[in-house]
Amino acid sequence: MINDNSEIILSVRDLRATVDGTEILKGLNLEVRAGEIHAIMGLNGSGKSTFSKVLAGHPDYEVTAGEIQFKGQDVLELDPHDRATAGIFLAFQYPLEIPGVSNRDFLRVAFNAHRKARGEEEIDVFDFDDLIEEKLDLVKMDVSFLDRSVNEGFSGGEKKRNEILQMALLEPALSILDETDSGLDIDALKTVAGGVNQLANADNAVVLITHYQRLLDYIVPDFVHVMADGRIITTGGKDLAKQLESRGYEWVLEEFRAGVTA
Amino acid sequence: MSASVQTLVSQPYKYGFTTDIEADAIPRGLSEDVVRMISAKKNEPAFMLEYRLKAYRKWLTMKEPAWPNVKYPPIDYQNIVYYSAPKTQPKKLGSLDEVDPTLLETFEKLGIPLSEQKRLANVAVDAIFDSVSVATTFKEKLAESGVIFCSISEALQEHPDLIEKYLGTVIPVGDNYFAALNSAVFSDGSFVYIPKDTQCPMDLSTYFRINNGDSGQFERTLIVAEAGSSVTYLEGCTAPMYDSNQLHAAIVELVAMDDASINYSTVQNWYAGDENGKGGIYNFVTKRGLCAGKNSKISWTQVETGSAITWKYPSCVLVGDNSVGEFYSVALTNNMQQADTGTKMVHVGKNTRSTIISKGISAANSKNSYRGLVKIGPKATGARNYSQCDSMLIGDTSSANTFPYIQVQNSTAQVEHEASTSKIGEDQLFYFAQRGISPEDAVSMIISGFCRDVFNKLPMEFAAEADKLLALKLENSVG
Repeated sequence: MINDNSEIILSVRDLRATVDGTEILKGLNLEVRAGEIHAIMGLNGSGKSTFSKVLAGHPDYEVTAGEIQFKGQDVLELDPHDRATAGIFLAFQYPLEIPGVSNRDFLRVAFNAHRKARGEEEIDVFDFDDLIEEKLDLVKMDVSFLDRSVNEGFSGGEKKRNEILQMALLEPALSILDETDSGLDIDALKTVAGGVNQLANADNAVVLITHYQRLLDYIVPDFVHVMADGRIITTGGKDLAKQLESRGYEWVLEEFRAGVTA
Repeated sequence: MSASVQTLVSQPYKYGFTTDIEADAIPRGLSEDVVRMISAKKNEPAFMLEYRLKAYRKWLTMKEPAWPNVKYPPIDYQNIVYYSAPKTQPKKLGSLDEVDPTLLETFEKLGIPLSEQKRLANVAVDAIFDSVSVATTFKEKLAESGVIFCSISEALQEHPDLIEKYLGTVIPVGDNYFAALNSAVFSDGSFVYIPKDTQCPMDLSTYFRINNGDSGQFERTLIVAEAGSSVTYLEGCTAPMYDSNQLHAAIVELVAMDDASINYSTVQNWYAGDENGKGGIYNFVTKRGLCAGKNSKISWTQVETGSAITWKYPSCVLVGDNSVGEFYSVALTNNMQQADTGTKMVHVGKNTRSTIISKGISAANSKNSYRGLVKIGPKATGARNYSQCDSMLIGDTSSANTFPYIQVQNSTAQVEHEASTSKIGEDQLFYFAQRGISPEDAVSMIISGFCRDVFNKLPMEFAAEADKLLALKLENSVG
């Protein structure tokens, strides 16, 4: 939902970043306001996933220029876990398996880390159980998921639903979903999208990173950005995604090249 | 792996202080005279001196084992002080009021309060400082149920027949180099005797403290559980930080008769040396339990976090039919620490069973090896063993090895061995971080998850301590 007066959640200016000395992001600009849903599309290697990791502070990526502001705060100064507790959430494309750590413990420790960062008291095991069981319904997960090790032996769809469960629990101001739709059958996709739609509200924002229009049938974006060669080359409404679906990316790239040389 | 993960696992050693107390020590070096002197100081019965001399003569003919996967400069056995005791020690251990307050303070600082008001609820403690036992709590209460729990020096005076009957029956004087050395010069330790059909009314515990920088610690523990009895025993250890290495060559012998059970747990936190490998304890220990009776059970649980070098294989000899041996181990090595540890399960009797769960965690430049022997003898019909050895690496410069030896001489035996190696990677930590969990908390959650199977086997008092200890070892500000 677009409201020009709403709070700026994320502001990225001329962001450049490298991994192992290779520049991947080459001057990326993006502004996301509260209440908005953005989709970032683009071909493999355009830098979409890198952008999500840079936002979250993955140690392998080095920011060489530009700035990232989250609710007016300089993100680049924050450690990854402080970014998370500040309200930046990344749903992973490949959620990691943590053998030996139960999902329940993981979720509770994460939840309490967020509470602690806000200066609130940690909640105990019993209160947490009540809370999490409520959230499970949102992603149609059985309570038995809580007692399994984090993502260990989960199917692709279960892992993605577990990511949305975490999002529902932590209530971030900014959720970045990195190819959450990849590898999902249509039922799982609907469940995941339904969860995201229920969580999106006027005070938070969602950035979807995806290859395919398919997800956008279920989560309708306010803006669609096309990324190529480490920057956003064009921005449009939800129709842009449809055009990309039918016409491919080449015409966008050609228009962009023409614009650059003109 | 970045340096940040490695700094997580370095934490200053909390127990590195020295107690300033006058010691009654004998001159450095080892000879027959020294052995005689130790025996004389302790006013031992004649059989004990004979035993020591036999061990000493045997030791002279033996060579230090070269097969462990550890490296250290040659030990100068003539440069070690073999007996060191606090001078103010009362002649006979009576009430705790007679114990030097400095010693009580030392143990209090270590979290082992010995005084009447503060002592640990329902755990009786034998506190050993350098070469001697300084206090044993709850002795009278235990005596009411016929349980003997005292220092081995005292046992040699009060119950010499029991010592003579059992000492060295599980680990003979010539068993190995360090066992022979211990048998010649051991100065103190704990003795436990649980009479027939008795459940020991409380957990028993020995706390070992090396204080003197030049002394070795050679203690000896003997636990005898008569038919139908049971006991849970806990052992803890710390030492001050010195630049030099101290040798700790202990022996623990356990004997379980028909239907008896012994649970022996260790949380070992000897000083490990600094990050460059300077100083630290050489922990060369022989521990073995004999399941002599049918249906007897011996269970070893160890959490090894300290020592510069650990060489230790708590083992079970399963002689009684249907007897059970268990070994649950967590060994954490960091910096330049080296551990070669594991177990031996020797199946002699019919339908004997053994379980081995070993979890090795290596960080920084440390080296962690599991070495285990499962031996099924020709008469061990129906014997079964299950072994699981998991290693976890933190960082790129540590190493983990597994050396399983399996010898089966009976075709009805079933032996299973599983092994795995995993690694705490940057991506795992990033996943935690992205959910707001700091790297310190993430590492400690991963490690406790990894160790859960073993921690579940620890008595309650120790499980909390072990979890805390690992967390401490792994806690530090991110560099």
